[in-house]
Amino acid sequence: MLFKVFPRNELETLYDVLAGHHLVGPQARGKDQADQEIFAFDYIHSFAELRLDFTSTVHSLKRFLLPPREILSSFNLDNSGWEKHIDLGIYKPHVFFGLHPCDINALNKLDKVLTGPVYPDPFYTGKRKNMFIVGVNCSPQPWCFCKSMGTDTVLSGFDMFLTDMGDKYFVEIQSATAYDILMKLPIAQPTEGDHRRFVELMDERNSKFTCQVDNSDLTKILDLEFQSPVWKEWGKKCMSCGTCASVCPTCYCYGVKEYVDLDLTTATKQRQLYSCNLIDFAMVSGGHNFRPDSSSRLKYRYYHKHRGFQEAYEEALCVGCGRCGQACLSGITVPDVIDSVRRQEVPK
Amino acid sequence: MQKTKTYLGVEIKRPRTAFFELSSCEGCQLQILNKEASLLNFLDLLDIVNFREAMSNGSNDYEIAFVEGSVTRADEEERLLKIRRQAKTLVALGSCACFGGVNQLKNRFHDLEWVKKEVYGDHSIETQEVRPLSDFIAVDLSIYGCPIKKEEVEEIVTNLVLGKSIDHPRYPVCMECTANGNICLFNLGEPCLGPITRAGCDAWCPNNRMGCWGCRGPADEANLSQLQEIMDSHGIPRQAMLDRLECFGGFTSAIKKMDE
Repeated sequence: MLFKVFPRNELETLYDVLAGHHLVGPQARGKDQADQEIFAFDYIHSFAELRLDFTSTVHSLKRFLLPPREILSSFNLDNSGWEKHIDLGIYKPHVFFGLHPCDINALNKLDKVLTGPVYPDPFYTGKRKNMFIVGVNCSPQPWCFCKSMGTDTVLSGFDMFLTDMGDKYFVEIQSATAYDILMKLPIAQPTEGDHRRFVELMDERNSKFTCQVDNSDLTKILDLEFQSPVWKEWGKKCMSCGTCASVCPTCYCYGVKEYVDLDLTTATKQRQLYSCNLIDFAMVSGGHNFRPDSSSRLKYRYYHKHRGFQEAYEEALCVGCGRCGQACLSGITVPDVIDSVRRQEVPK
Repeated sequence: MQKTKTYLGVEIKRPRTAFFELSSCEGCQLQILNKEASLLNFLDLLDIVNFREAMSNGSNDYEIAFVEGSVTRADEEERLLKIRRQAKTLVALGSCACFGGVNQLKNRFHDLEWVKKEVYGDHSIETQEVRPLSDFIAVDLSIYGCPIKKEEVEEIVTNLVLGKSIDHPRYPVCMECTANGNICLFNLGEPCLGPITRAGCDAWCPNNRMGCWGCRGPADEANLSQLQEIMDSHGIPRQAMLDRLECFGGFTSAIKKMDE
């Protein structure tokens, strides 16, 4: 990896160079009841809107890669048959400016499923190959457990990665495009002092993680505790609303449905992101529902993320961003659920 | 206008359709006439033979009847039974028809004579307890909402005409609200019935920063007791939640169950 530094006040130059493209980044969206700022990923139209000092966003950046609804194909219908059109929507390259390590790691996990060699998803892959990512280091929040998931740092899946060092930015360069772009800034080789400052900053950041999950032997423990009464307790709290999956940066389950337009001459096939917590997620033809109660649905959500995926890919399908727990009105968090399975006790 | 249309070369008959109203604001029928950009295509799917709000000279020879409103008088009950005898498919249109709607708020009072006196004074008028259509007849299809969402009606009517299955979302409004990237209204201090109310409206109210009032009734899984705890933890008074639950009548039996 190549490392460079550039003066802090040159960040706007970097923005200006990239702003010719569709640029998505963190921006403020108002304040909550506790007077804390709420952030969201959205299109940025001026440098002032870009808030690299953001805590974390309520929603992940999934809607730019796996939109809640996406037209997979459209059809022109006539008396003799139909004509099918597919638009992958990849003619608009996107710049993502300001992704934390967890969110870049989330994309890397999605890549394993959706750009995989067997059944690549052309809609996701097309967008993924047409993006430029500027990562940025974060300040750990009380709900972040990425360190437990091994996703607090990121080694690939981005073009450049920035760390704020006060008067300058320390930048890790991963792609030739990123290097070419940085050539338009007065970049310099980091000095010995910069190296030390970077290591100090990382140590300081590491010391700020307060939330953790004990993942040791978790796949086995989940197998052993399949019938545990704690799942019933969590099921009572679950609203089956799907919010956890909606805000999750790695949930990718979807359903496909066909819609005929009112004039009966055009139609679309659309996919809709779904959640395993929704009541009809495991409902099959004929109406049988394999998971009719909320406790079994919630349980399988954890089994997919922390057991099934772990066994298939040797990593969990969770980056520890904590969004699901923050968004859950019932306060169901990953650390609490996993802890309760280990201790066989649900917190009141 | 042609009697038939074609879909992939197959002849599709435009069903003879009638619209009726019982006690209601007729706003749902007005919704049927809204959305001008696609109105002509919508009207072209159906052979509308009776629609008092939109046309004169109604016919009583129809296959599909859309009935808006709730039953509040004996003559409405009679009329509803007559419609049922004629219609092959009877559609309950809107919250009043499905659950009683805003009208059923008066059922909260035990003494309906007092209610009558309070509203109408000495004016003599017949009015009874407000009941949804399904209390009297078999309803083949419900279209929820106060008012109904035209986009959803368009999809339902297209599927009805094509003979495709009609599936309402079984999940709650939260799913559509989060899909729209909204900030949860509970975070902003607003009560919201989104977590227990059937989706299909595209989170119409929360999109406009208004908490959901549950006009579409309960989702297939509606965890009321947990929502009560959520409201408590956000400092929202029980009465505020109850006001919303009772407003459109969709949660009447769910409230009874919660009280048990």
